[in-house]
Amino acid sequence: EHRAVMEAAFVYGTIHQFVLTTEAALLKATGSDDPDVSSAWLLFCHCQRATDPAQPCRRTALAQPLTLLNIHRHLKLMGAPLVTEVAEDPEKVSTVHLQLGLPLVFILSQRETYEADRRTAEFVAWQLLGKAGVALLSRDLVDLNVLHRSNVALKTPDEGMPIQYLVLEDTDEVITLVEDKNKVKQIQEDEEKEEEEEEEDEDEKESNNQDIQDDQVVEAVSRDKKRELPLEQVLVLTEENFHSSLSEAAQTVVLFYASWEAVSLAVLRSYSEVADHLKGTPGVLLSRVNCWDWPGICTQENVTQFPTIKIYGKGEKSVTYDGMWGTEELTSFIILSRVSCPLKLATMDEAEGYLRGEFPPELSSHHHTSLLGVFSTATSEAREAFEEAGNILSGHVMMGTYFEDDGLALSRKYSVSPPALLLARSGGRSVEGISLSKQSVQDMVQMIRYELLDIFPEITVQNLPQYLQLTKPFLILFSDGDISQMESKEMLKLAKGRPQQAFVACWLNLKKTPVGYGILRTYFAAVPSLPVLVWVNLHAGGQVFQFPPEQSITEVNILSWLEKLQAGLETPSCTLSEEDWKPPLPAYDFLQMMEAAVPELPLHTSHHPGDMPAQHPPESPGGDTATREEPSQESMAGKAGSPGRDLRGTAPRLAAREKQGRRHSEL
Amino acid sequence: AAYFLQQAGRDYVVFERSHAPGSFFALYPRHRKLISINKQYTGKSNSEFNLRHDWNSLLSHDRRLLFRHYSRDFFPHADTMVRYLEDFASLLELRVQYNTAIIHVTLERNEQAWNGHYFLLTDQDRKNYKCSSLLVATGTWVPNVVNFPGSEYVEGYETVSINPEDFAGQTVLILGRGNSAFETAENILGVTNFIHMVSRSRVRLSWATHYVGDLRAINNGLLDTYQLKSLDGLLEGDLEDLAIVKDKKGKLHITLRFYLENGNISAGIDSITLPQDELDNFATRAPYDRVIRCLGWKFDFSIYNRSLRMMPGKGNIKKYPQIKPSYESRGTRGLFVLGTASHSVDFRKSAGGFIHGFRYTTRAVHRLLENRHHGVPWPSTVYPITQLTNSIIKRVNEASGLYQMFSVLADIILLRELLPKSAFEYLEEYPTGVLAELEMQTGRKAPNGLFVIIMEYGRNFSGADKDVFYYNRAVGEAQHAWQSNFLHPVIYYYKRLPTEREMKLRPPEWPLPRPDAIHHIVEDFLTDWTAPNAHILPLRRFLENCLSTDLRSFFAESCFLFAFTHQKLPPFCQQGYVRMQGLVGSEGLRRHAVQAGLLQDYTLTDFSGDRPPDSHDRSRDQLLRDQVIPVRPLQHLVKAKDE
Repeated sequence: EHRAVMEAAFVYGTIHQFVLTTEAALLKATGSDDPDVSSAWLLFCHCQRATDPAQPCRRTALAQPLTLLNIHRHLKLMGAPLVTEVAEDPEKVSTVHLQLGLPLVFILSQRETYEADRRTAEFVAWQLLGKAGVALLSRDLVDLNVLHRSNVALKTPDEGMPIQYLVLEDTDEVITLVEDKNKVKQIQEDEEKEEEEEEEDEDEKESNNQDIQDDQVVEAVSRDKKRELPLEQVLVLTEENFHSSLSEAAQTVVLFYASWEAVSLAVLRSYSEVADHLKGTPGVLLSRVNCWDWPGICTQENVTQFPTIKIYGKGEKSVTYDGMWGTEELTSFIILSRVSCPLKLATMDEAEGYLRGEFPPELSSHHHTSLLGVFSTATSEAREAFEEAGNILSGHVMMGTYFEDDGLALSRKYSVSPPALLLARSGGRSVEGISLSKQSVQDMVQMIRYELLDIFPEITVQNLPQYLQLTKPFLILFSDGDISQMESKEMLKLAKGRPQQAFVACWLNLKKTPVGYGILRTYFAAVPSLPVLVWVNLHAGGQVFQFPPEQSITEVNILSWLEKLQAGLETPSCTLSEEDWKPPLPAYDFLQMMEAAVPELPLHTSHHPGDMPAQHPPESPGGDTATREEPSQESMAGKAGSPGRDLRGTAPRLAAREKQGRRHSEL
Repeated sequence: AAYFLQQAGRDYVVFERSHAPGSFFALYPRHRKLISINKQYTGKSNSEFNLRHDWNSLLSHDRRLLFRHYSRDFFPHADTMVRYLEDFASLLELRVQYNTAIIHVTLERNEQAWNGHYFLLTDQDRKNYKCSSLLVATGTWVPNVVNFPGSEYVEGYETVSINPEDFAGQTVLILGRGNSAFETAENILGVTNFIHMVSRSRVRLSWATHYVGDLRAINNGLLDTYQLKSLDGLLEGDLEDLAIVKDKKGKLHITLRFYLENGNISAGIDSITLPQDELDNFATRAPYDRVIRCLGWKFDFSIYNRSLRMMPGKGNIKKYPQIKPSYESRGTRGLFVLGTASHSVDFRKSAGGFIHGFRYTTRAVHRLLENRHHGVPWPSTVYPITQLTNSIIKRVNEASGLYQMFSVLADIILLRELLPKSAFEYLEEYPTGVLAELEMQTGRKAPNGLFVIIMEYGRNFSGADKDVFYYNRAVGEAQHAWQSNFLHPVIYYYKRLPTEREMKLRPPEWPLPRPDAIHHIVEDFLTDWTAPNAHILPLRRFLENCLSTDLRSFFAESCFLFAFTHQKLPPFCQQGYVRMQGLVGSEGLRRHAVQAGLLQDYTLTDFSGDRPPDSHDRSRDQLLRDQVIPVRPLQHLVKAKDE
């Protein structure tokens, strides 16, 4: 240490004055709390900058071990200007600090606050002296594309790391930021080494995991394969009985599946439950075709993927099921498919009854929203479109049609003019009228689907896709159990507030949809106190914002929070990963194995003749080994033939006989 | 071919020399036992699969026309085949003009014609016919003969007596070592003194070579009697070196052309040197009563005008006309060779020379022609990418064309759009030899790469001199699948269609050029490749890594979680759940998935932190976390592929 200081003094003696001391009193006076007497330390006294000679000079201790290099570095840092003023893009700024591997802190300044910012910068700079550089960046001179509220930026010496812009409240935060960074870096470096090792381990582990099933459906099905399914209610169809069976019941449901395919086997399990639910329902026959046994039927019925469910009416064309592969959904589809869609209602009474929820007996269990199309003579075009839409939505929606000629009584009652749509929600307790302006079938289907969506739904695994299709941000209230009436009221107000909602307001019952905990954990690392209101930009950017938990959930509070969100004044809690779904694990690289095992395999040459330096084994310089091997094989085969039986070459052998004979005589 | 043309509504006519179809089978095989198997039972009802073990039926939609309805014999009688072919032609109302022997074929140049010329055919009555496209399915019916001194004493297989009593107490020499030779020997084995068999090459056993044209076990009784020293025997020798002389008693002696050239033939038998005169233990020194020639057949080249340039192949395929891998003649555009005569494409490799093989190649030619002349693209089905693994598994388990015509016909998967909206197009049984011309030949496009699915035997497993029964001949583990010996599916992945040049420069014994990645599905004792872990899982990983995506299936609950925690969804969720077709799954299945550690049960966990460390299997836990946390890209994998 002494030598390092002496050498430094030799170099820097003309610039700085070097003092050596072993005086204990002086050591105490330097203010070290816990002077480690056994080792030396170096202090830089900023006496040159001192304005008041009565005050002691500021001092900066060298934090690193006393080596020539560290002393040199320290002197350099001490010699650098305390605060650098910057008027260019911070990305391009480079100072002594960055060159020496230290971070650079920018204090973002404006003309109005320049003096104060300058003082702050200097204060921070003194604190960070030797640990980081401080620069004062004037926002008026540089066009920064960052949040207006940001006041500090941090540039790290690592190449390619973006500058972080931060909103900090006091100077301590700046200091801890830098000091922690350094600490974190230290730890990271250590960890990286470990991680590298770990990663290697993981690599190994991963390649060993290749043969472990990571498909949840396949694994679940194969774990369940020994259980015999209760399929007594489900008729097995074959090539022989397929067509005859279709004419037996009014409605034949056919599940086309492959007995080796996991997804169809998973559906088969739900299907057996459906069969159980529908046991004894007249006119409905549940059946199945195993396409692995009867590929002919499946091709003929145009089944190209597994599973497929088709419902065959007597003599009618079939309907392909396109809903969720769940017991409830499928059961309800089959039940709804039993009545024609739309249902023709002849009289005013029938129509009124329908709106009250008096359905044909087959549908006694139906409690969802139902639709009634009301038409007059002049609107047959709309009625045809509505009927076509009914065909498409058959099984999903309860639809009726009423052709009005008795003085427009129904329209008047619900104050709409035909063509119009009446929606009876929650078993007829509320009826809503909508006039039908769009005439195309597709538009009508779209509109009906949209109208059936709830204003403030409880989001579930089953209904999410319907709301996803709106491609809007989600405002979700996560609640442990039912939400309170107050919250429900406020949220409903909010949801109804604007006619053209820019977002989907919904809530999630964690008791009913426990997977919601998984969502919260991804958003906040740990589950926050409930209920929690979250804004998720699912389709644009993926930012997740948490409604301040200290505020109460009221329409006003939420609206003002949303405004702040829109203005970019809030920082997201997290951003959803936008990564692609890559293969979970590598495949066996058979190509490489084949090349390794058969190095002379001229696999390379076919594609890239230039790509393979020195891949050929040296013993085959001229050409491929395969051609060289062939003749040798042939000669082997020649040798293998037993002498005496071989006619080939008999003549030469006979010619050589004389010689042999002579040898015999010699013997 | 007639059936396919009929189905497509094309204008065609079939000329048949005889008065009935299948006249070859009216005479051959001489001993009337077909060696093509007619399996009644396979334990499966899958009609496509069952064709793998039905070597006699032709392809048609009519289920009555399955050979098992005609015969219950495992090796049926040849008359049954004649009857079957008659029914096939009449039930399907094929346009066949019988008793018409085409004796001359020539070309007539015409700019308007499909191929720049018409084919002019002349029959035995000098009647002329003109057509745009000529399909030649005349088989190989001209018996091969050899000429050597004394070959006039040789009887031919086509005329030799089939009554064993005619051979009682006789000594017989048979020339040739194919199935017809052994069939002839088998017939008379019990009544002769002994039988010797001579041919140039050593015996090739079909169970060792996996080629059905080699000696079948049903005919190989003589191998037994030879190896058990029961007087019969096999010898190798070039028939061209041979000479036969008849002595005064009518016995036939084997000698060598070498001696006849030196000696004086006119002087009679006594002056001719016999080998045993010099080498007194000469193998075939015993005289024979009869010599029978069973040397197979060749294509009839005689009826074609020189302008058609119908040339014999070179080397061991000289009995067949030269054709391209598309079955089109090398000499004449628009002339296609079908059936047995087209076997040069896969001679001694696959089954193209036999009914159970050429029924598929004929269909392939029909599809090529439909595209070329009528603009009907090769039939294909479009599937979403989530069905990729399934579509392959389905085909490799049931497809009969891939199985019979292994390494010759391939299923092709054309990747249509790039991820994530990916879909693919599936083409069945396309000839691998013309892979480079795929876009032109099928009318389908391959802009984003393709998979080629074929069946292969292990490269060094079969052969005439190989021991195919050695211990550990079968591979059981998926990770060693590339070493599989028995017929197993192999999938080649190309980022782009191989070029003509790459096809030419492909490694010897490889059906296809070097792919960008390859996958072998491990051979299976039951040829049932539906095991979730040994067959489907490695295949999925291969496909995933080729496409750089995640092809796992997920329950709706997982998709729900991903929808809220990822900006992008795996294809299964994207194409199922998001379109309201999520897999809800029964409660029991969910429990199994949770137990497997592949689905997290959030009702049970404590919500403060991570899962309690009581999980049994750390690696499973890792997999689980991979789903909940954004999946890390596997850098090393990408690197490995780049390299």
